[in-house]
Amino acid sequence: MNTQNNRPLSPHLQIYRLPFAALLSITHRATGVILSLAALLMVCVLAAAASDAESYASFQVHLSSWYGQIFLIGVTLSLYIHLCNGIRHLFWDAGVGFELETAAMSAKMVIVAAIILTMGTWLTALNVG
Amino acid sequence: MSNLRSPLSQAKGLGSAKEGTTHFLRQRLTALSMIPLLLWFGFGLAAMPVNHATLIATIQHPAVTVGLIVLIMATFYHAQLGLQVIIEDYVSTKSTRLVSIILVTFLCLLLGVIGVISVLKIALGV
Repeated sequence: MNTQNNRPLSPHLQIYRLPFAALLSITHRATGVILSLAALLMVCVLAAAASDAESYASFQVHLSSWYGQIFLIGVTLSLYIHLCNGIRHLFWDAGVGFELETAAMSAKMVIVAAIILTMGTWLTALNVG
Repeated sequence: MSNLRSPLSQAKGLGSAKEGTTHFLRQRLTALSMIPLLLWFGFGLAAMPVNHATLIATIQHPAVTVGLIVLIMATFYHAQLGLQVIIEDYVSTKSTRLVSIILVTFLCLLLGVIGVISVLKIALGV
């Protein structure tokens, strides 16, 4: 690369306030990594359940504790943010929703839908007990 | 030393990237398949008491067995594709990048197989 030294630089990440759409974009990646780790945990729990009740209980004790529940609420929220924003990406792939106002609005819709889905899932879980 | 060749002339003759849109398409298709699967999984899991006996009985239902296996396969395929892109974007050292991608690919395959076998083991009651 033959870059000249005194060319203007774009604002650096640390001093540049990310627009909401950009924040959601990096959140999509972050939640993707979180969900990969959650999928790893899911396989561990499944393998334990397939083994015997005691192995399964050793996971369940932690997952049903207060810190386990907070962790699972975080995973649920990550799941629905990634799911809803993924649908937003699929619309973009189809060539729909690129206008700035539309993209800004769909970003807000992603967050609202993710929170509603998270609350719905946990209200269902609490009703079952 | 400055390079006098134009970017185009440097790219010419190197051939295609040899991959085309396969990665892009599979990322989207696994995503599409997981929209209904994950809503079913999330709310289905929430609506179920989480003790061992109920979990086993639920997984043994044929529709749940099939759904879970498809979900696990789609999840780890999608995870492998996504993690690969993240590694390609943020790991600039070529050797580290290649090794990380290989490790992630093996790990996703391994976890997917363990997941599917676990579900089958429960479903078949062996």
